[in-house]
Amino acid sequence: MSVFPYLVAGVLFIAGLYGVVSSRNYIHLAVCLTVMQSSTYVALITVGYLTNGQAPITKGAKPGKPLVDPVVQSLTLTDVVVSVAVLALVLSLALRAYRTHGTLDPDEMREMRG
Amino acid sequence: MAEVTTLVPLLVVVPLAVAVLLTATSHWLPAWVPDLAAILAAAAVTAMSVVLVVATRTHPIVYWFGGWRPVHGLPIGITFIVEPLGASLAALAALLTTASLVFSWRYFEEVGHLYHALVLAFLAGMVGFSLSGDLFNIFVWLELMSVAAYALCGYQVHQAAVIQGAVNFAIINSLGTFTMLMGLAMVYASTGQLNLSAIGHQLSANPPGSAVVVGFSFITVGFLTKAGAVPFHFWMSDAYAVASAPVGALFAGVMSDLAYHTFARVYWDGFAPGFGVHAAAVIRGVLLAVAVLTALLGAVMCALQADLKRQVAFLTISHGGIFFAGIALLTARGLAGSTLYLITDGLLKAALFLSLAIVIKGLGSSDELALHGRGRQRSQVLPMAVFITVGLGLATLPPFGTFLSSALIYDSPGYGWLPPILVLAAALTSATVLRSTARIYLGWGPAHDPLLTSRKPDEPEEGEPEESETGLGLRTRLWLLTPALGLVLVAYGVAFTPSVAHELVSAAAALQHPQATEQLVLHGQQSPPPVVGSYAPSASAWAYGGSAAGGSLLLAALGLWWRRLGRRVEGVALVLARGLKAVHDGSVGDYAVWFAAGTTVLAIAWTGLVR
Repeated sequence: MSVFPYLVAGVLFIAGLYGVVSSRNYIHLAVCLTVMQSSTYVALITVGYLTNGQAPITKGAKPGKPLVDPVVQSLTLTDVVVSVAVLALVLSLALRAYRTHGTLDPDEMREMRG
Repeated sequence: MAEVTTLVPLLVVVPLAVAVLLTATSHWLPAWVPDLAAILAAAAVTAMSVVLVVATRTHPIVYWFGGWRPVHGLPIGITFIVEPLGASLAALAALLTTASLVFSWRYFEEVGHLYHALVLAFLAGMVGFSLSGDLFNIFVWLELMSVAAYALCGYQVHQAAVIQGAVNFAIINSLGTFTMLMGLAMVYASTGQLNLSAIGHQLSANPPGSAVVVGFSFITVGFLTKAGAVPFHFWMSDAYAVASAPVGALFAGVMSDLAYHTFARVYWDGFAPGFGVHAAAVIRGVLLAVAVLTALLGAVMCALQADLKRQVAFLTISHGGIFFAGIALLTARGLAGSTLYLITDGLLKAALFLSLAIVIKGLGSSDELALHGRGRQRSQVLPMAVFITVGLGLATLPPFGTFLSSALIYDSPGYGWLPPILVLAAALTSATVLRSTARIYLGWGPAHDPLLTSRKPDEPEEGEPEESETGLGLRTRLWLLTPALGLVLVAYGVAFTPSVAHELVSAAAALQHPQATEQLVLHGQQSPPPVVGSYAPSASAWAYGGSAAGGSLLLAALGLWWRRLGRRVEGVALVLARGLKAVHDGSVGDYAVWFAAGTTVLAIAWTGLVR
């Protein structure tokens, strides 16, 4: 099994985290969060992947070829649903910030310190 | 037993079903129907959880959804494991939800038709999170509860601080849950299992390698972020300070602290079987360090706040550290004490948050300094009594509920230096509650204090409905105070349930016996419950409890009149306070840096676990 997909997952994770750290815009922040979550999709799918495997659909499967792990694929689907919910919430907060305060910059919204 | 088992799925089905029905129909219903339906659903979950706590005292219940039982010890379905500790936390979550819904009936003038559905989804998430026996389902319940919580935190409010708090909450929590999911993928890659007992079985056969250890540290980071342990706690003060009172009571009372307990379950069932004695010592050391740091930093930050809600937020962080210390000791008494502490303390914190709302609404500010002496009225005697009772309860006043819980932690064998630190944290946080009570209701101490953040008194409050000049009527005030009073009574009284300490210690001992859980989950075989001796607090525990209660009074006085100590003390205190506050700067980017640093340090600290 190649190490390459895990590297991709790692790069996406770090890149997303860097984006969250450095973001100056709520929408950018939400997208960075999604980039970070994409790394978990890659990681999960890779965990279940088999070289020379086939899709985990037993009806009409070719005999003799192993099926890839269906569990991680359903985990990924669940994960996608979760990420959509989080993304929608953060975006709606960004929208509210813009409507009521005319800015998307977290630092301009910053009232609470200490 | 057959009848009791059918209650298990209802714990999450009832709130979710009522939530869906309310979402679909509440546009057309009169306003009182959603209130009543939600209260009834939450009360039903409370009653069912209590029945399950009693029914599972000797033998836990394992419930397989859809009847997909394991085949030859190989789990294919997903499961709830109902044992007394998890079930009593579900009962706590449901009871607080009931109280919070009763409170919000009169508290909000216009609450919108999604509020009740969100609260019930939040409740279902918390219940599933504390009962699920499957790593991925724990993640899903965690996300359900978190997403509902983000929405509730930013619900129907337009102030900048609220949006900032809700975004910080959502972003930092999501970082935590993604990291947890990454760790979960690593553990699944190595073990091929998601069921906690099956993971434990795999790891005891094949000792954990580096992937499992990194995965375990990522999972731990996920739980610690939700729980608000240092240095993952920064979102918490921002989110709790802006949440409306009924929501904040749920956040501070139960939400974050549940993660500590679920972490304990995940550790014992899933990972403890694979780690040897040496690894357990490393884990204990690292977890205790996190716990002590959390308890102390939270307590100091709590004492430095002028905003009443931020005080509760940091109090929650600090007391979370105390619960975590009990869990980190890896003893049955520690875990039992930490669970009982979580329950009694959670009831008090929720009561505190609800009573704060009455202060904020009635007196018009949430700033301790701005409210100086404003509570000196006949009508404010009852709230003041509630605050003093809660404050002393938080200071582990013997012989009530919080004292019994902390005594269980103090009487755990091992670390003699730990109890004094925990006593200090409990005393300092409760001293802050007593200090602000004295300042508001008695007018003691100065009206200006450079140590506390001082907002200008004429600025409007955050996260609260605007209050008219007239204040609250007597009937509304009584209605709003009743849930808080009920919670305080339960918190004080729970210690007098016959043999409660003994039952909890034996439940904790059973939880810390993963082989027995594995037999039950994977093979359906009940083991005899472990034998533990009866428990009564030792003399030193009484001394610790007494000194925490006494110390809280002394520290409260010190907090009011500390400037009489002289100029030099004042200068040092101010420099330290400014430094600590500068770190909590409200910037989500900075919080993410702390998150990344904490994750790295934890992962490195645990490389010693690889054999």
